[in-house]
Amino acid sequence: MTPFLEVRDMKKQCGAVKAVDGVAMSVGPGEIVGVIGPNGSGKTTLGQIKPTAGSVEFCGEDITGMSPLELSRRGVGRTFQTLQVFVKLSVRDNLIAAAQEFKGTMPGRLFAAPDAGLGHHADEMIELFRLKHVAYLPAGSLSYGQQKLIDIAMAFMPAPRLVLLDEPCAGVNPSLVDQLHDLLVELNKTQGGSFVVIEHNMDFIMKLCPHVVCMVEGKVLAEGPPKEVQSNRQVLEAYLGN
Amino acid sequence: MTLLCVYLMAAFGLNLIVGYAGQMSIGQAAFYGIGAYIAGILMVKMGISFWLVLPIAAVACFAIGLALGFPALRVQHHYLAFATLGFNVLVFLVMRNEEQLTGGTFGISNIPRPSLFGWSLDGALPFFYFAFASVIILALVLWWLLRSPWGRAFAALRDNPIRAESTGVNITAYTLLAFAIGAACAGIGGVYLAALVNFIEPGQFHLSVSLMMLLAVIVGGSGRFFGPVLGSVVVILLPEWLRFLQDWYLAIFGFAVIVLMVFLPGGLLSLADRFKARGAAK
Repeated sequence: MTPFLEVRDMKKQCGAVKAVDGVAMSVGPGEIVGVIGPNGSGKTTLGQIKPTAGSVEFCGEDITGMSPLELSRRGVGRTFQTLQVFVKLSVRDNLIAAAQEFKGTMPGRLFAAPDAGLGHHADEMIELFRLKHVAYLPAGSLSYGQQKLIDIAMAFMPAPRLVLLDEPCAGVNPSLVDQLHDLLVELNKTQGGSFVVIEHNMDFIMKLCPHVVCMVEGKVLAEGPPKEVQSNRQVLEAYLGN
Repeated sequence: MTLLCVYLMAAFGLNLIVGYAGQMSIGQAAFYGIGAYIAGILMVKMGISFWLVLPIAAVACFAIGLALGFPALRVQHHYLAFATLGFNVLVFLVMRNEEQLTGGTFGISNIPRPSLFGWSLDGALPFFYFAFASVIILALVLWWLLRSPWGRAFAALRDNPIRAESTGVNITAYTLLAFAIGAACAGIGGVYLAALVNFIEPGQFHLSVSLMMLLAVIVGGSGRFFGPVLGSVVVILLPEWLRFLQDWYLAIFGFAVIVLMVFLPGGLLSLADRFKARGAAK
């Protein structure tokens, strides 16, 4: 499979700490890759794509060190470890806001329809994420789980080519974890984008990702199919336990 | 009431900066002053028509507002408040000390009122109707802007700039635009003020005026379209209504503002939300 995202010898130095130390990995088109590892292993730093050395190539273009704005314009969407929604905007407006900047030019948007022509698509996503009953409520007034769904739905609104999901299951109850799994599988099918999922929930990762990378102390300890990684002795010792 | 209309123009602009785009500014009176002085200098010293001065002042304030927006790209909250405060002080000093241009502490007098299609607006009532119609037009333009995708981008910037940037919102452009549009509104208000009072001097654009404008926005309900209307009524008219209390009127006004901020930090218009929430709870 031709690499879609190619990380080469990525290093990130944070003061005296080597947060990422020579990581190389690749993601193919439409592929879902899971990144696991103990806290402080460099998973989130890897996802920030701001190394001090090495390079990151996306669809043949060097995207090393690009700002979130530049990345979003190249079709890279993301979610964060903590909830990042627009608290005073309604759920529907959150979804529209997540995609409107990709429609037309900035001056053109001043004269566009209030929903920027995205109302129907936002309603579809609201339906898909089962948020219809709260669609017009401010996002900040909803439960953690509902905000998590909004957060993830926002990342998929502009149909990005690559989505970095940072701990999508953190603080989420088991039934919602199952719902998230089904949603991500469906979005992968319908939108066809590639996902990089950083997560601690092993059941979720093993079920969702055909390819898993385990990081420890800034380095890739093991990678491969989930069962292979799960039974790797070094991974068991350093992260999963016996 | 005419002064209220004029004040509202600047307050609407400040609400865009503070309430919708989430930036802090205590320098709005500087733009109010720049607009007024552009009107004073161009109309009195150069004899230029009010109708030409109005767009000139708006464009000049828009451009200066863009420049003032740059600190907002580097600093936030109270640091940004001090940056804008410094700007207000700087503009005040220029108005007071550049006597040849601004008239210094003597100000500029005999600023004429305009006429509209040959109708003189010299009288108090015609000028009130003119200012009232103008503030309605300005409000409609802002309403349209805030209902457009730009309004949603401003709100995204206010609520969560980190997420906004990752969803493609150009936070540099929208931050600068918020300051520039807000400044242009104040500049327009300044031109109307100059024509209303016929005389301007630096004291009218002191830092305390910026603070009163911010108070009007917050008291009414920051980020609510009609917040500045209610807030300006409170800030401008309440002290006048309390004058029967003689020496105590400003103290009572100050106390009323403290009580309001403690019990209604979201402003007077947040009362409606409270009643709604209570109704829903029942």
